[in-house]
Amino acid sequence: MAKTPVTFTLNDAETALFVDPGANLNEVLRRGAGDLTTKHGCGQGTCGACTVLIDGVPHLSCLTLAETVERRRIDTAGGLAGGPNLHALQTAFMEGFAAQCGFCTAGMLMAAKGLLDANPNPTRDEVAEAISGNLCRCTGYEPIIDAILTAAARMQGRAV
Amino acid sequence: MTIHKGRGFACINYPIGMNLGGDPSQALVHSTPDGKFMVALSSIDLGQGMKSVTRQIASETLGVPVEDVYVDTADSDTGPHCMGSFASRGTHRVGNAVIRAAAEARKQMMEAAAEELEVNASDLDTDGAGNIHVKGAPSRSISVAETAIAAQFKQGRTLSGRGIFLIPPSDADPETGEMTPVTCFAHAALVIDLEVDDETGEVEVKEINSAYEVGRALNPKLVEQQLIGGAWMGVSHALYETTEPNYPERDHRPEDFNTYLMPGPGQVVPHNLAVLERPAEDAPFGGKGPGEMCANPVLPAIANAVYNAVGVRCDRLPITPEKVLRGIRANGGARPQGMPG
Repeated sequence: MAKTPVTFTLNDAETALFVDPGANLNEVLRRGAGDLTTKHGCGQGTCGACTVLIDGVPHLSCLTLAETVERRRIDTAGGLAGGPNLHALQTAFMEGFAAQCGFCTAGMLMAAKGLLDANPNPTRDEVAEAISGNLCRCTGYEPIIDAILTAAARMQGRAV
Repeated sequence: MTIHKGRGFACINYPIGMNLGGDPSQALVHSTPDGKFMVALSSIDLGQGMKSVTRQIASETLGVPVEDVYVDTADSDTGPHCMGSFASRGTHRVGNAVIRAAAEARKQMMEAAAEELEVNASDLDTDGAGNIHVKGAPSRSISVAETAIAAQFKQGRTLSGRGIFLIPPSDADPETGEMTPVTCFAHAALVIDLEVDDETGEVEVKEINSAYEVGRALNPKLVEQQLIGGAWMGVSHALYETTEPNYPERDHRPEDFNTYLMPGPGQVVPHNLAVLERPAEDAPFGGKGPGEMCANPVLPAIANAVYNAVGVRCDRLPITPEKVLRGIRANGGARPQGMPG
């Protein structure tokens, strides 16, 4: 079957790939672009581990057709840190012990980034809503919600 | 429709590990030529923090900075034998094996340093910052890195250690049946406050209060996160998770996250946690391990609280709205038991 060329921006890098028609974005990011920071969880849109930002909005990469991201911007957990400097969310997750096995973490971080970019001062309920599509088996969610609120406060220069 | 409040209590004596065949774990420790130490284990870190805790234990025993210790786990092809990560045994069993392996490596490290400093090894001590010095004379010192280089390139010796921890097997007394299958118990008490809707049968947990005695909390933040996260899993097991009902037949059972219920971030329950420390004699630096019992007492406490709220005794998990409603109907209505205490 003929492959389709797709060009998009992946974490600031111009990326051009030939993809199979009907390939999902998760597969293309992981196998095509080699970005293994985007996790493959359930593959059916219920666990949220594969969450990426498309033009700043959280999407489930496993349910996104790769051909639909032509000329769009994709942000993944791999692009969060600026060199050695961790993103405020990563620092807050690390300091707040917001991960145990870590499999949900990349998706949680991207769902949280999508929230904070659109709403820099979310309430606790808004944070819970924003990550409600992301399953975590280990933490009980509370440390994750706390970490996102901590990051929001720091990004706004507020005392935590 | 009435919302009934209920409170339930449960406590637990949790045996650490098991004693089938002595429940052994092994550890191997060796230094790299630059004076870092590698701890090889076959136990698995599932996210509970096994690697962090065994790293702390090795660093403390060796007397070197925690940054200079690496833990390599989970390759049963190349690693030493371990029974596995289960039964809350990791900290206790593996930790004890790591202490023994690290102590042997430390002995060799001190002997190598003694040869370099031309003193008796028993006169030496570590400063925990990567140096070995003569007791009472800190200026007569050699770094761990220099010691490792000397051992490897000059003295021709390894700085390494082997450790195994094995519980003495305990057979049942033929007269009394008495035995000592476990050497170390952890303890907890947990109170659940919840509400039951007698029209829908839905149960909503409102608050968890718990006290855990886990020996010494070797890494307090790890202990806390495991207890908080495990309590969530206990709530999930008590109220949500099941592969039933199989309506109308088994083929319709839940098979994926679409239909297998777990509480999400909207159902986070406030959990007030107290960690009590009563170091165990045979545990590594007194740490028993929180492990499985982070979830266990939540289930009976919820069952008790549901009974307290509406007088329905559910003896099958999970306590679904259907079971609660059937119980209420069988009783001819909700029968609140009154708030204890």
